Amino acid sequence: MFRPRPESRSTIVAVVVEGRAVMVPEGASAAAAVLAAGFDSIRETPVAGGERAPYCMMGVCFDCLAEVDGMPNRQSCMVEVRPGMRINRQIRARRIDPKAG
Amino acid sequence: MERFDAIVIGGGLVGSAIAYGLARAGLRVALLDEGDVAFRASRGNFGLVWVQSKGDGAPHYQRWTRRSADEWPTLAAELLAKTGIAVGHERPGGVHLCLDDAELEARRAMMERMRVQSGNLGFDYRMLDRRELVDILPGLGPAVIGASWTPYDGHANPLYLLKALHKGFTEKGGRYLPNSTVTEAGAMPGDFRIRVAGGAIGAPKVVLAAGLGNAVLAPHFGLSAPVKPLKGQILVTERAGHVLPLPTTTIRQTVEGGIMLGDSQEDVGFDTSQKPAMMQTIARRALLSFPWLRDLQIVRAWAALRVMPPDGLPIYDQSERFPGAFTANCHSGVTLAGAHANLLAPMIAAGALDPSLALFSARRFDVSPAA
Repeated sequence: MFRPRPESRSTIVAVVVEGRAVMVPEGASAAAAVLAAGFDSIRETPVAGGERAPYCMMGVCFDCLAEVDGMPNRQSCMVEVRPGMRINRQIRARRIDPKAG
Repeated sequence: MERFDAIVIGGGLVGSAIAYGLARAGLRVALLDEGDVAFRASRGNFGLVWVQSKGDGAPHYQRWTRRSADEWPTLAAELLAKTGIAVGHERPGGVHLCLDDAELEARRAMMERMRVQSGNLGFDYRMLDRRELVDILPGLGPAVIGASWTPYDGHANPLYLLKALHKGFTEKGGRYLPNSTVTEAGAMPGDFRIRVAGGAIGAPKVVLAAGLGNAVLAPHFGLSAPVKPLKGQILVTERAGHVLPLPTTTIRQTVEGGIMLGDSQEDVGFDTSQKPAMMQTIARRALLSFPWLRDLQIVRAWAALRVMPPDGLPIYDQSERFPGAFTANCHSGVTLAGAHANLLAPMIAAGALDPSLALFSARRFDVSPAA
């Protein structure tokens, strides 16, 4: 659905979205990488389990929540890609282990 | 001029609960809501249905709070059946965590006073030591040395409660009038005329439930409501899997999974600004109670103003000069929603407050200074 603009070919960064390697321009957000990889959802809502994809791309709607480099519930549109970044589905609410730490 | 059986001024939790109860009793009711210019405590509160610390030295308030918490399951079930909105009410009991010996001893003394004051009603509290507490609350911080517990406490989602009351009210034929700041009020015994932007309406009964606005409105109806703002700040974390089985006085996990951290008490007038220093204090105290909160991101924070009577207790009155005019004021719009909808509204519908509410009259503030 989304294609990179032809003129924006500066430095390319390779990231991994749900195990799939994706090349995105340097400075792009992790949410952009999700869309570039062709995923139509990146999380399941905590209560009803509904599918959601990045939407507002400006830090407001929280629909782009994803697990970024092991950190759950990151707003992926607010995170800039780094080489080798791993972006994974946020499945429902994050779990916490109160006994740990 | 359109006439109603009753006009409720204030579309927050207090006004909506009363208006819902009146409409359910068959009255034709208009509910006047001010709009986004109002302070709207009902949209900023913490969401506890809390009993255990209410009414030390005021047994009538302890009883009223208990009765309200007892009405809550009925109200929540009724709202779900009538509106399809689940208000997230749970009553698993609640704890107040104590972080040092002085706090724990003061709490123990207060709980015991309340038990004595409860008389025949009884007050089934327990002081839990750390060993008992760690079994109930996973990951309890080492700073917590004990807690008070009662089975009466619980919590709910205040925004869904407000939405459900509004929906229940309009489905019972009530007329909800938003953006309706009162611009003029005419009072005669049993005959009230209220002017709002959309025109004038009249009714033989009027209920003042305008929160902080009541202080200005009440004198027009021969009533007094000396309420003042008391700021509270709240932090909310991202949603997480369920960890907390019951609410504490200042930390609760919502049905949806977010963890709410409160609550400050700041006497700073009509100031709703958020202050990093207070937010830090709230976060620090929360971490002492549950260190695992450290891993959770804060996704929202806000400040709001409580509606605080001088002694912290609710004020309920019917005007002596203009019978038919009632006032309801409190800082516990969530906790007392059960009582307002199921106990107070029927009294207003019948035209007289029950004698058991006499001690809540604002006349308690009219004490002449000793010579």
